[in-house]
Formats: sequence, structure tokens, C-alpha cells
Amino acid sequence: MDFSFSEEQLEFHNAVASMLRNEVTPERIRARWDTESGADAEVEKQIAEMGIPIMLVPEEQGGLGLTAVDIVLIAEAAGQVALPESIINDALVCAPLLAELALDNERCAQLLPQLLAGKIRLGVGHLINPYINFGADRDWFILPQGDEVHLVARDEVMLTPVGSVDPSRRLVRVDWTASEKSCVASGNYGAKLWRAALNRGALGAAAQLAGLAQGMIERAVNYSMDREQFGKAIGSFQAVKHLMADCATRLEFARPPLYRSAYTVSVAAERADYAISHAKVATGEAALLAARNAMQVHGAMGYTWECDLQIWMKHAWALDKAWGDAGFHKNRVHQWLLREGALTGPEYSFGRQDEELSYA
Amino acid sequence: MDLSYTPDEQAFRAEVRSWLETHVPKTPLASFDTEAGFEQHREWEKTLASGNWGMVTWPEAYGGRGCNLIEWLIFEEEYYRAGAPGRVNQNGIFLLGPTLMEYGTPEQKARYLTKMASGEEIWAQGWSEPGAGSDMAAIRSTARREGDEYVINGQKIWSTRAVYADWVFCIFRTDPDSERHKGLSFIFVPLDAPGVTVRPIRQLDGLPGFAEIFFDDVRVPADNLLGDEGQGWRIAMATAGFERGLMLRSPARYKNTAKRLLELYRSRDNDILDLSIEDAVVRCYLDAEAYALSTYQTASRLVAGGSIGAEASCNKIFWSELDVLMHETALRLLGPQAELIDADQPPEAQGWQDGFLFSLAGPIYAGSNEIQRNIIAERMLGMPRA
Ligand SMILES: Cc1cc2nc3c(=O)[nH]c(=O)nc-3n(C[C@H](O)[C@H](O)[C@H](O)COP(=O)(O)OP(=O)(O)OC[C@H]3O[C@@H](n4cnc5c(N)ncnc54)[C@H](O)[C@@H]3O)c2cc1C
Repeated sequence: MDFSFSEEQLEFHNAVASMLRNEVTPERIRARWDTESGADAEVEKQIAEMGIPIMLVPEEQGGLGLTAVDIVLIAEAAGQVALPESIINDALVCAPLLAELALDNERCAQLLPQLLAGKIRLGVGHLINPYINFGADRDWFILPQGDEVHLVARDEVMLTPVGSVDPSRRLVRVDWTASEKSCVASGNYGAKLWRAALNRGALGAAAQLAGLAQGMIERAVNYSMDREQFGKAIGSFQAVKHLMADCATRLEFARPPLYRSAYTVSVAAERADYAISHAKVATGEAALLAARNAMQVHGAMGYTWECDLQIWMKHAWALDKAWGDAGFHKNRVHQWLLREGALTGPEYSFGRQDEELSYA
Repeated sequence: MDLSYTPDEQAFRAEVRSWLETHVPKTPLASFDTEAGFEQHREWEKTLASGNWGMVTWPEAYGGRGCNLIEWLIFEEEYYRAGAPGRVNQNGIFLLGPTLMEYGTPEQKARYLTKMASGEEIWAQGWSEPGAGSDMAAIRSTARREGDEYVINGQKIWSTRAVYADWVFCIFRTDPDSERHKGLSFIFVPLDAPGVTVRPIRQLDGLPGFAEIFFDDVRVPADNLLGDEGQGWRIAMATAGFERGLMLRSPARYKNTAKRLLELYRSRDNDILDLSIEDAVVRCYLDAEAYALSTYQTASRLVAGGSIGAEASCNKIFWSELDVLMHETALRLLGPQAELIDADQPPEAQGWQDGFLFSLAGPIYAGSNEIQRNIIAERMLGMPRA
């Protein structure tokens, strides 16, 4: 048993986090808001150079062959700077899904090298998400029809932009018609792919939520040390300290479930529902509390457009409800806990150990 | 105790209802944080005034109806029931009005109240300064007496509706040698006076809902002083009592939101997966009800000649936190759809996102909830000061 990240994982995280801190500043995020694409090409290029989009694609298919444990800290770092681009989603959902499909579908096999080379962009729709973020700049879409998985080209779908409260997002609604030709997987196999995609998508959202919470706590703590009232830094008032301490405590107990869920996805993807749902609920709560309390500590300043805190808050409110909201995930936890023979009890924090790791 | 409305009160309710039914605009007005929306709301205030509904509790001489606070609560219930527009002049009618009634000279009452009730003059509140938020006694902007005038210098901030308003009621330091709560005075300033600069500040929703106001040798007549020189803090605390304790947020507002929340809940019944949502919805309704009951009790006490004390701080915490909870619950009900802007929402989902953003300001304005908790602990419960 060793619940810690390796030297290599931490080093890679440090490199990515420092690049993100330099390149993804509030000024540059605000500059994106005024553009239609909403993306910063320079940042996308640097992230692609670090191999992040292809991390989870197996080596024999041309990717880096890394796991969810390797990417979870990267996703958290993206949240910490409130990265607008959908790179974490692309890396966790789009690329692995196409790679899996490419194993026995010719059309997908042909597209995969182009995706890995950055020549095309892929958007993935999922029944749990009514819209696709940054859908307008995608060349191909993988879309659901029940359990069926369909691959459709940009010119076969109709995209309608819808506005989000988060100016960093670029949502589109996708209207399209499924055909026999567009179907690339179905039945149990299709259902399995969709479930895996949901769990990886939720993992990415959960990790970013943890990072967003951290980012908001840091901003509020810094503000509380600069801002003075009654002749003292407001951070010296107990009520203000407690607001922040509550956030820190929530986050402290959201991260371990997050990391466990990354591990579970990487070693037993088919049995990760419970771990993922725990992580999504815990990180969502941590991020919502951080938004609320960070705003409170900022006073009226926090209610302004000029205050950068809004960048983090609005992103957190959106991600909390992406890839399954708290209701969906709590319900999955309920179902798991209440089922006959569920592995509850002190010895089962990491599932069944005798055979393969399992929670069921 | 008699918890039934009298025949007069019932007749009053019927009268309000029928007037509102014929006069409330059929299509919602634009936001009063836009120039066009502000004027639409001013027009609505004029319409209200045409039926003497501007501020029912004021004497008839000032455009009111001489109603008591119970009737005011009934008016508010009907107002929210009818879905009538927000009150663009709330700082004037709900905060300054009652203060003027208590501290104003007969000339001041005649001069200001009538135009306030008619919507002709819309008021902003100018108390906070960059260095004086929670610590309002740190006010540094000055008003220096010169003959029959005050000469004003300094800066106010976070002044709601000031971008398009006509007047601002402020607190300035009139005694340059004074400190903290002493030497402050309550003074009215027209926002079009020479030397006044209003700089809009955009809020979380992108609209300029409040403003900074700069004063550069602004001259106003000495008659614009409310009460005595140096009495500003005491008068301000009376205003704050109204703000926190009663008028700013009538219970009808929360009962109405709680009702909409129940409707939203019912419309979503089939796809609710989170059992705790039902609990939250019920709690919201009970708390909105408790707030209404508490306000009726306060109003009864005031009608009988009582006054508002430190319990106003409990009130402020209760309504502001209830408002956050109601909107959070609605967004949970809306799930992944919650993040959409109103233009892309179906009718039953509209307003919640904007309402949520605004609810987050509630625990901050009218004295932050941390400050209210300190007041409750120290003044109501007698616990030692830090
Ligand atoms: C939407 C909105 C509308 C407003 N409209 C107006 C208006 O029309 N006119 C006007 O004059 N003002 C207005 N205000 C300003 C409002 O009165 C102030 O925001 C409020 O008094 C808090 O001051 P501040 O924002 O400077 O926060 P700060 O005083 O800097 O407080 C920041 C944080 O520190 C905490 N804190 C400060 N001191 C203490 C303490 N001693 N103990 C414990 N905690 C403490 C606060 O509770 C808060 O959490 C408005 C504010 C908002 C948000």
C-alpha cells in the first residue's frame, strides 16, 4: 500500500503547473471572453507540446500510454488556473474513446492518427450533458443514440450556440440524425464505452473542481491579508479565518477520494462508478463552498465584474453540474451502498484485494 | 392575539389586487441597471403614484395612503403575487423615506417625500467608501460648512442605482478634527451638481448596478443637512435598522420565491435523483413562512408603538441566507441546464441564475453577516467583545 504520487508524476505536474501559471493569467482569460472561439492558440500549442492531449492513448496506438493517476494532478492544475479550454476533457474523454473504437472500427482507426497529430478536433456528446463545450471548433463528433455510438462529420450536424453564465465556456447544442452508416459501436459494448466516458469525464471535472477550490481559497486568503478594516487586515478577524478554514477542511477531504477514483479508473475502469461518484460529489461541494466563502471574504469587491474571482466561481458552478450533477452521483452512491452484498466495512476502502480490485 | 385579517384589511387587499391586475405591465420591463430599463421603471413608479400606491404607509399629503405596517405587508403580498416590477426607488422609499419622516423638518418632508413617492426623483445611498465598508466609522469624505453651503470632497463607492439616479443621500465628515462615529453628518446631494462624477461599476452579471461617486468641491445648500450636524451616525443607524429589520426585504419577496421553487420542483419531479433536494425545498418554504410570521409580529409590535432593536441583525442574516439557499436549490433542480443564460432557458427556468448571483450579495450588503453575528452576540446576547 502506497497512497502517494511518484517522483515522476510530481515532476510532470510541477512542469505543467508552472507553465499554466505563466500562460493562463486572468488577463489572458478575459481576452478570450471577447473572442468567438474562446480559445488561446498559444496555450493550446504549449499544452499539446507537453503531450497532454494524448496521455491516455496506449503507446501501441501512438499515444503516451499513461493512466488516469498520471493525469489527475494535471487536471487539478488546470482547475487551479481556471483554464477555459477543454483540453482536460479532450485528453480524458475524446482521445481514449476514439482509441478504443479504433481497435475494431476502420473509420475510427483512420481518424485516430490525425487526432493524435493535432490535425483534427473531436467533440464527444454524452446523454448526461445536454451541450458540448467548444463544440463549434470540432471537425468530428462522437454522439450517442441510446447505447449506440455514432461517428459523424461536422457537415452532418447542426450546431446552435447557447450562452453560459461562465464567459469562459462555448456551449453548443448538436442536432443530428443517426444512420446505420454512422454507427461505430452498439449494444453492451456501446453502453460500456459510454459509461467509461462518463466516469473519465467526471474524473476530469472533479479534479478541476478541486483545483478551482484551491485557486479560490488562495485568492481569498491573499485578499484578506491586503484588505484592512477597523485598522487591521480582515484576515485577522476570526469570522473571516473560519470561512476559509471551513473551505480548506472540505477540500482536504475531497482530494483523497479524487485520487482514489483516478486509481480505480486506471486499474478497474469497469467498476469505478462508486469511487468516481464519491469524488465528484466531494469536489463539487468543496468548490461550491469555496466560491461562496471566497466571495463573502471579498465583500462588495467580489460582486464586481472587475474582480477576477468570478473567473473561478463561474467555472466551478458550471463544472459542478457537468458530467453528472450532485444528484446523479449521489444516486449512484446510494444504489451501490444499498445493494445486496455491497462491500462496506472498515477493510474495504480500496475494494476487494484478493482477486482483481473491485467494489461490487 | 387574532391571526385573521379584519374586514377592512380584506377590503384593502381586494382593492390592491384589482388595481394591480389592470395596471401591472403585461411584459416584463428591462433591467433597471440599463438606461432604458431604468426609465421604464421610473414610468412604472409614476403609474403607481397615479393611484397613490407609491408608498402606502406615508401620509396622504406626501402621496401615500396613511396605511399601517400590516397594510403595507398586505400591499407587498399583492405586489409580488401580481409579478409587478422591482422598485427602482427602493433606497428612497424604503430607507430614506422612513428616516426623513423621523428626522426631517416639515420643509424637507414636503420637498423630498412627494417627489420620491411619485418616482420623479430616484435616490441612491452613498455611505460606503473604499476604506469604509464594514468599518463605516472610517468615513473620510468631508463636507465643510461655508456660509449657507456645504463644500463636499471625497469619494463614495458601491452606490446602488447611482448610475442613473437623481439624488444620493450620504454621510460625510463635517468636523475635520473628529474621529470615528463623531463629527459625521447626513447630507443630500443632487447627482447632477457641478463637481460630481459618477463612474459605473459592473456587477457579476456584467451590468452597472452600482457606481463610484467622486466629489470635487461640490456645493450644496446647508438645508440639505438631515437632522443636526454631527448626528449623522445616529441617523444612519436608524436607517440601517429599517434596512435590516423590516422594509428593504418584505417577506412577500421570499414567499414568492419559495412558491416558484415549489413549482419548479413539481415540474422536475420525474428526473430528481437527489433525495436531499426535497428536504431543501421544504426547508426553504418553511423558512420563508417563518420570515413572514416574524415580520407580522414585528409589524404588530411597531404598530403598538414598539421599536426595532438588535434583533434586526437576526432578520438580516435570516433573509439573506434563505435567499441563497432558495436559489442554490433551484439551480440544483435545474442540473446541467442551470448554467444557461435566461435567453436560452425555458420559461420555468428563467430568472434563477440571475437571482442566484444577486442572492450572493445579500450576506454582504446592508452590513455583512459576519458583522451582524457580532452584533447579535455582543448586543443581543451580551457576550464579551473581542
Ligand atoms: C450589491 C451591493 C449593493 C450595495 N449597495 C450599496 C449602496 O447603495 N450604498 C452603500 O453605501 N453601500 C452599498 N454597498 C456596500 C456594502 O454596504 C458593503 O459592501 C458592506 O458594508 C461591506 O463592506 P466591504 O464590501 O468593504 O467589505 P469589507 O468590510 O472589506 O469586508 C470583507 C469581509 O471581511 C469581513 N469583516 C470585516 N470586518 C469584520 C469584523 N470586524 N469581524 C468579522 N468580519 C469582518 C466582512 O464580513 C466580509 O466578509 C453595496 C454592496 C453590495 C454587494
